[in-house]
Amino acid sequence: MRRLFAVMHARNLEFLRDRATLAWNIFLPVALVVALAIIFGGSERPLFKVGVLHAGKTIETRAHPFLGTHYVEFVSARDEADAVRKVARHQVDLLLDVRDTPARYWVNTDSPKGYIVEKLLLESNQAAANAPALVREPVTGEAVRYVDWLLPGILGMNIMFSCLFGVGWVVVRYRKSGFLKRLRATPLRAIEFIAAQVLSRLLLILLVTVFVFVGLRAILDFPLEGSGVLLFLVALLGAIALIAIGLFVAARFTSEELASGMLNVITWPMMLLSGVWFSLEGSADWVRWLAQLFPLTQMLDASRAIMLDGAGFLDVAPQLAALAFTATLFLVLGAMFFKWRVE
Amino acid sequence: MPAILEARQLVKHYGAVKAVDGVSFQVSEGSCLGLLGPNGAGKTTTVEIIEGITPATSGEVLYRGAPAGLRFREEAGIQFQKTALQEFLTVRECLALFHSLYTRRASLDEVIEVCALEKLLDRDNRKLSGGQQQRLLLAIALVNDPAVLFLDEPTTGLDPQARRNFWELIRAVKARNKTVILTTHYMEEAYFLCDTIAIMDHGRIIAEGSPEKLLKEHFEDVIVEVPRSDFHLDRAGVPFQVLEGREEQVEISTANVEGTLRYLMEAHVPLQRIRIRPRNLEDLFLELTGRELRA
Repeated sequence: MRRLFAVMHARNLEFLRDRATLAWNIFLPVALVVALAIIFGGSERPLFKVGVLHAGKTIETRAHPFLGTHYVEFVSARDEADAVRKVARHQVDLLLDVRDTPARYWVNTDSPKGYIVEKLLLESNQAAANAPALVREPVTGEAVRYVDWLLPGILGMNIMFSCLFGVGWVVVRYRKSGFLKRLRATPLRAIEFIAAQVLSRLLLILLVTVFVFVGLRAILDFPLEGSGVLLFLVALLGAIALIAIGLFVAARFTSEELASGMLNVITWPMMLLSGVWFSLEGSADWVRWLAQLFPLTQMLDASRAIMLDGAGFLDVAPQLAALAFTATLFLVLGAMFFKWRVE
Repeated sequence: MPAILEARQLVKHYGAVKAVDGVSFQVSEGSCLGLLGPNGAGKTTTVEIIEGITPATSGEVLYRGAPAGLRFREEAGIQFQKTALQEFLTVRECLALFHSLYTRRASLDEVIEVCALEKLLDRDNRKLSGGQQQRLLLAIALVNDPAVLFLDEPTTGLDPQARRNFWELIRAVKARNKTVILTTHYMEEAYFLCDTIAIMDHGRIIAEGSPEKLLKEHFEDVIVEVPRSDFHLDRAGVPFQVLEGREEQVEISTANVEGTLRYLMEAHVPLQRIRIRPRNLEDLFLELTGRELRA
């Protein structure tokens, strides 16, 4: 234990004194979130957007007279609960269910646009030949801004880069410089060295993330519907999983360029497909399936569910399990393949 | 004295290259063994096998009569040829890190004093000069109060003054009954520090013994050095052996110094700049391998 803490302490000092990197770890997520909040803050959708629950593959305009209204975008909705949540979050202005008669609709009573679209709906209904019956389902809920949705993505991305490069690249550098070989000549065991690297990075990245989270919350006032402790648990498991992947990559390589290339190959698909910037709801099945393999996806899905929908432990248990599995798998593989020195 | 460390028939192949080709030796407690040889002779590979850093293709290493294991790792101090330490750590922090990795521990203050690091303790380890860096690495090798100390070319790249200082330091360490295993390609260093030297070439030990014994065994002559610019004679006509392969000096091997000098005087070779020196380990290496040590 003393050996483990000695190595961990040394790594902590190295990280904290590398001011440029530390500043970058804090500055990057803050700058991204603030910049995107400014860029996207003022932009509103030009059209009204109405979700439609319908039978068949496409929306049949004949199914309801309202569906012929101009300047309203009608989008297909598949899952009722999911679609209703979008109404609550102001992501669609109204939801119409034409699968049965009488038709039902959900409208957010807090939404000004919902109010107007409801008027349009009722008017077109009145104008129709036999004025079919309509069931109103009121919904309440505050709007989710893009920045609220984006924030977990940015923080998750920062955790990903810090864990993968801060462990993977650094261990390769230690090996190349001969520092690992020097440690090899002491009674330090591989598992102690690895544990020290994991703990050091975990401690530091969680501190940075909590710091940034609290700071941004003061500026942007984004929602945290669920438990902060649970959110922390997601970040913790996610960070361990990502560090484990970093260690696995670093287990053998001796070239920083190669390791850095490998780490890029791992980070970029996650950046694009884990839903950091935009939701993958509309993309192809195989893309979504692939994205489920990435720990970042699991981490972001779980943290958005907690922050925006107030999900509890059981709701995010599948994601937590997936992260724990990834972490265990790569820690074991990393420890198995670990090499101290250049052959 | 019983052997504290013994290498038996060490062999290391890298593909088709035999880096170490059947090396055996014993080191008695409290003595200093020097592995002397040119670059690529297999010195570093040999010590790294003994240190447990490089696995041998075959052969075994015994520490205090048993296969070298955890006890050896606790009791050995190692200074590699080059070691980069962690960035941003001060000298004091580097020492503290390695100090905590051992169960057996020396007093840090004492190590700091021996290696003259008092004034450098708060300096970033990357901002040390070559000699200071080597002193820090030596101190790190001493933090566990080692019984056996390995030094792999510890003074390569140091200026002559820093090298001298480092030698004095090693002598002080040796005086505490530490066993030292040193690799070097400076014969002067081996002569100054080692009780026994083993000369290595092409992965084998080609001669072993105390420096005096080795020189006595191989040479009975001394060398008369004449600057090449002063030596205008035809080599073939000189009745003494003129050594081949020396650049700036003409070297005459002789057992009869008076006769040689008389001959040179009569041949009007100026004697102002001649030098008479005993045979050294460099000559021995040249004699044994036909190559210069630092070639």
